[in-house]
Amino acid sequence: MSTAATREAEDLTFTAPKTESLAALLVARERPPRPSALAASVTFGWRAMLKIKHVPEQLFDVTAFPIMMVLMYTYLFGGALAGSVDAYIQFLLPGILVMSVVMITMYTGVAINTDIDKGVFDRFRTLPIWRPAPMVGYLLGDAVRYVMASVVMLTVGMIIGYRPEGGPMGVLLGVVLLLVFSFAFSWIWTMFGLMLRTEKSVMGVSMMVIFPLTFLSNVFVEPKTMPGWLQAFVNNSPVTHLATAVRELMAGNWPTADIAWTLGWAALFVVGFGAITMRLYNRR
Amino acid sequence: MSTDLAIETNGLVKVFGDNRAVDGVDLRVPAGTVYGLLGPNGAGKTTTVKMLATLLRPDGGEALVFGSDVLKDADTVRGRVSLTGQYASVDEDLTGTENLLLLGRLLGHGKRASRERAAQLLDAFGLTEAADRQVKNYSGGMRRRIDIAASILNTPDLLFLDEPTTGLDPRSRNQVWDIVRAVVAQGTTVLLTTQYLDEADQLASRIAVIDHGRVIAEGTKGELKASVGAGAVHVRLRDADRRPDAERVLTVALNATVQLEADPVALTARVNGHGTELGAAEQAARALAELAREGITVDNFALGQPSLDEVFLALTDRKPATEKEAVA
Repeated sequence: MSTAATREAEDLTFTAPKTESLAALLVARERPPRPSALAASVTFGWRAMLKIKHVPEQLFDVTAFPIMMVLMYTYLFGGALAGSVDAYIQFLLPGILVMSVVMITMYTGVAINTDIDKGVFDRFRTLPIWRPAPMVGYLLGDAVRYVMASVVMLTVGMIIGYRPEGGPMGVLLGVVLLLVFSFAFSWIWTMFGLMLRTEKSVMGVSMMVIFPLTFLSNVFVEPKTMPGWLQAFVNNSPVTHLATAVRELMAGNWPTADIAWTLGWAALFVVGFGAITMRLYNRR
Repeated sequence: MSTDLAIETNGLVKVFGDNRAVDGVDLRVPAGTVYGLLGPNGAGKTTTVKMLATLLRPDGGEALVFGSDVLKDADTVRGRVSLTGQYASVDEDLTGTENLLLLGRLLGHGKRASRERAAQLLDAFGLTEAADRQVKNYSGGMRRRIDIAASILNTPDLLFLDEPTTGLDPRSRNQVWDIVRAVVAQGTTVLLTTQYLDEADQLASRIAVIDHGRVIAEGTKGELKASVGAGAVHVRLRDADRRPDAERVLTVALNATVQLEADPVALTARVNGHGTELGAAEQAARALAELAREGITVDNFALGQPSLDEVFLALTDRKPATEKEAVA
């Protein structure tokens, strides 16, 4: 109540609109050429950065959450599964990195859904720009968040004993592959963000997708001991291919098949869910 | 296909499930004017605007903006229009400056040009002091102003203003009206939707009254007012038993249908201004004199401007009458 009163009081101190200077501004009718697809997307990415600047709390999920994931699973399973924490972290860290980042991608859908509610989306949709630019902008902004999450997790991992044999180059390649996959995979969330009506339903559906997809993989254990039908799923899951590829890259190997599978899945996600997303975006 | 028309729609239809939100709307909006779409909540105003602004796909009919089809030529249309929706169409997490910079860049301006234009707009809209505050901390009036500022970052040829003053205090409302007048004075066409007759009256040169997804009346302000009547007389009697007499007297004196209110002593009669040189006040005075002559005691009376309700009542009442005339 008091804030409303102050706001009103502050408002009173502002000068009324100056219609003369307004008229001068309106006279200019020249329009610059449209920005390129890349320029428009990068501008939307910049918007995501500004939002982080104004609402830094939203970085919680790329800082505290990943740390929790690393520590929790390393100490929970380490002794039982690999005999020691030290031995397990070598196996687990690339996997848990993949799992956490893929999980974090689901916030993209929630962010889009919130924007739609607030009306700013209508403004973007009436702009004469490359149509997918707002979506690509979200994903570019999110890529920065994924880099942060990766750095945080690798740092924590190294502190508790992870020693990647692939060296900086292997780690870098692993993270890049993870980013490429996350960017592509996120189109499933842009789709849900546009398709579902409320933030809660986006969250609910996202959980339904993300939990089985990330847990039913080789992130925690080798699939050898799983029942046959589950092995069939796990061995063909995109998350398994990605986790294997990242694990091997960071260990200094070159897992051609898994990299190819990962990129294949990524292309499929972009083409499939990207097309549905843009259809929804244009038809709303 | 006349180039003088900013908007032309033919049988525009939008259906949501069972609801025909827009049900065959024909509009002709001349370029360079303010055109009012007047109607209550849920009449189909916003849906119509959204179709014209390329946000919704029409289910039937066609819509042309400066001769370009909103479906086939959506990109051309987007290059010429701007929309200020019912909700602030700006990012509330960003500051006023950041919002305008974002749009400036998206519209193809360089960094420097965007910065200059943003500063000039903030100044013209009296928002310089609030430039570096997040929009979510703006008052209602300031939000509207930054929203309109964003809409004219590139001077649009056609500006959609969807209920621009709903929820604003009178001072902010006047400011928005001043802005609209300044925008039109520079040659931009404005399509304004509103629930308020006086707002349409203040700003629009032509008005379409829309209800249940259909245009039920269209014309200049003068034409529309003449069809609706000049106002209504609300009368409160001392004695409820005399109401039938009062109804008869008023019907004759004002040559209009009289409405009986839920309150047993109250009646409302429209003053329609047809077939008489007298103003609404004189007509009302005569009617009251007639009541006095009949010995009906009036405790209280009021002469009101036609409210939107009365406009609708008038318009929906009139329809069967004209149809009957047509048959006869």
